[in-house]
Amino acid sequence: MATHRRIDVSKTNDVTVVKFVDKKILDEAGIQELGAELFSLVEQDNRRSILLNFENVDFLSSAALGKLITLDRKVKQAQGRLKMSNIRPEILEVFQVTKLNKVFDIRAEEAEALSAF
Amino acid sequence: MADQSATPAWRISVDLPSERGASRRVTDDLLEQLGLHGWSPSDIFAIHLAAEEAIVNAIVHGNRLDPRRTVHVECEISADKARIEVTDEGEGFDPGAVPDCTQDDRLECPSGRGVMLMRSFMTRIEYNAKGNAVLLEKVRHPAEG
Repeated sequence: MATHRRIDVSKTNDVTVVKFVDKKILDEAGIQELGAELFSLVEQDNRRSILLNFENVDFLSSAALGKLITLDRKVKQAQGRLKMSNIRPEILEVFQVTKLNKVFDIRAEEAEALSAF
Repeated sequence: MADQSATPAWRISVDLPSERGASRRVTDDLLEQLGLHGWSPSDIFAIHLAAEEAIVNAIVHGNRLDPRRTVHVECEISADKARIEVTDEGEGFDPGAVPDCTQDDRLECPSGRGVMLMRSFMTRIEYNAKGNAVLLEKVRHPAEG
């Protein structure tokens, strides 16, 4: 399994739980690296049930949204499931304004998300 | 009596290089000042998001990352308003022609949300006629309680 710099990866039951190292996800280089690490979970590690827990994230830019969209597409193509949780209200508003809350499965808390897999 | 809200409590004017990550040279100071002037976390988030999107657009799309070009940024914080002006040296664009990223056929496009986010999170945004300068304003939310 690859070493990760932008994400912390753990497993609960059969679900891969991902938390983010950076509180602010906005610089281009960091977002590229983050994207590569997230994609590797699907493409190299064959993870099929993935939960992104945003509890540590204070800010993310629209470039980061692009990586999440691509990750969601890769997971769906692999017949997997992707969920998100613990998103702070301001970031949740970003998802709502862009209507990405229709694309992503977003839950309030990790426990709720885990039980929904 | 003079309108106190018209006198900026803080102002900065800077020319940024057209390189990725350059926005931090402005946003770090801007966010610190907003905090020092008691702006709410949600207002600070909104201003940060809009400033970031505007500056990145100017660097990447306006100036096309050309190292010979700069992005001029002016920020002002007054008692009830934050104002950010971002100007690039590119040819400009028509913000009205940006596709609606919330349409079903564009919802899963990985880019194209910056202008929309700026409009949604700021009180006012205005492009100049050429499309290479944008003014962002945020009216401060009244304190709760």
